[in-house]
Amino acid sequence: MAIPKICGIETEFGIIVRGGGESNPITASSVLINAYVQELVRTGQTARTAPRVGWDFEDEMPHVDARGTTPGDASPPEVETHLVNAVLTNGARYYVDHAHPECSTPECADAREVVVWDRAAEEILRRSMVAARSLLGPGEEIVVHKNNSDGKGNSYGCHENYLLARETPFGRIVREITPFFVTRQVFCGAGKVGVEAPGLSIHEVPYQLSQRADFFEEEVGLETTLKRPIVNTRDEPHADAQKYRRLHVIIGDANMSEVATYLKVGTTAIVLSMIEDDELGLDLAPAAPVAALRAVSYDLGLTTPFDLASGGTITALEVQWEYLERARKYAETRGLECVGESVGEDVLARWEDVLHRLETDPMSAADTVDWVAKRRLLEGYRERHGLEWGDPRLAAVGLQYHDLRPDRCLALRAGLQTLVDPAEAAHAVADPPETTRAYFRGRCLQKWPESIVAANWDSLVFDVGGDPLRRVPMMEPSRGTAAHVGTLIDECDTAAELLDRLGS
Amino acid sequence: MAEREQKRKPAPQREEEAVEDVPAASESGEKIKAELDDLLDEIDDVLEQNAEDFVKSYIQKGGQ
Repeated sequence: MAIPKICGIETEFGIIVRGGGESNPITASSVLINAYVQELVRTGQTARTAPRVGWDFEDEMPHVDARGTTPGDASPPEVETHLVNAVLTNGARYYVDHAHPECSTPECADAREVVVWDRAAEEILRRSMVAARSLLGPGEEIVVHKNNSDGKGNSYGCHENYLLARETPFGRIVREITPFFVTRQVFCGAGKVGVEAPGLSIHEVPYQLSQRADFFEEEVGLETTLKRPIVNTRDEPHADAQKYRRLHVIIGDANMSEVATYLKVGTTAIVLSMIEDDELGLDLAPAAPVAALRAVSYDLGLTTPFDLASGGTITALEVQWEYLERARKYAETRGLECVGESVGEDVLARWEDVLHRLETDPMSAADTVDWVAKRRLLEGYRERHGLEWGDPRLAAVGLQYHDLRPDRCLALRAGLQTLVDPAEAAHAVADPPETTRAYFRGRCLQKWPESIVAANWDSLVFDVGGDPLRRVPMMEPSRGTAAHVGTLIDECDTAAELLDRLGS
Repeated sequence: MAEREQKRKPAPQREEEAVEDVPAASESGEKIKAELDDLLDEIDDVLEQNAEDFVKSYIQKGGQ
């Protein structure tokens, strides 16, 4: 039986400084995050040291390849620079990565929780923008976009992570997930004006499904910033490496639509569970996956087939129907406990609904699918003002769809369905999920911030005075939940008492 | 491919509703158009004033 598909999303946000002169994005990102942290301290929403907790790099190993080797011609991945790093009381990590502010959700037990803490991440960025105003010059403003491309050939990621059993053969994962990753953009593409792949212009591709498809050049590999692969091989489980893998998914777009995020994570978790249980049994490998990824992204009618490696052709929607059909059978025979039974059933129903709508009339999915919602705005605006696709006003609509400022965000005005109550998202800004080890991390940071000197996904380091620092390993992502440690944390007055009772 | 077509289940309820909904559909069509008009008015209000400068200066280097 597949293991629980603990999952999360890490988003790199686009950042600009308005109203100032030349600005450095690394500085702007640092100002943004520091402003948020200072605001937390100023308003007493967290005790004084919590957000300044350091990152514990002891078990970080982003260079390890899941295929067991590093190909000789691959350039080593860039060493990540973590200039500012905050671990938040909701279990999330908020930091400067490369030249962007990045927020990683805490570990979540199912797709719905991911949506809740992804919404919380947006709220954290919104509050950061407001807080940063007091640190900037007059008329200056930091503006954050939840997108993945600047339209000029630069891309930044929205990565998903899924827990898998170590014994699942990596070759099977690559073979069976690739057709799914090539085609899931029909419902989770965020839409983009124009094209950034070499040799094409806005005349050939005025609009496409995906923000990211133009930037993928390989089928499988370790890189994330160049020669990006459809399946990333980073083998860094942030958990017991004997038992677990973490599939690091770099191909997704950042979604503004809550339902799109829900479907993206929910369907992928189900498909990975089937792969883990070796229950998929589909061979829909594209003859040329990278070319197929782009062809699907450029096909707004969703009807153009691509070639299969085994011969014949298939459309993206047909691939998705095949995966859905297998998922239905899997749910009947094996159940969906590993992705959360009720969430899993709901994901299957919504997956079927969105495929039907996309097949009948893609525009009928405008309340669910970002690329459709955005296209509706663009087509309407284009018609009203008689604009050509190359007009900068359309590019501006395309960018401003992702603007996180409520008074400017076009996605907020596009009539998208929601899943999460604003009060629930606000709660998730401060509190962790109760269902994973993120609960232990978040609760400890809430209760004993002065005693925690460093944190990582799989450890907390305490300084309770006198003794050497004490590191609590958290190698089991499904342990440290409210059910496991809620009462214990409630009963302990001090971190020292907690450590004694944990026996560490 | 033909086999794939046959296995696909039709959307529950949708086809039955379609017949009776003809008058309502044109009403709702007008409603949808009015909603889109309102939405476009709003975009006119909130869209960057100088779209060309905004788009030109939107540069994001150094991402994953």
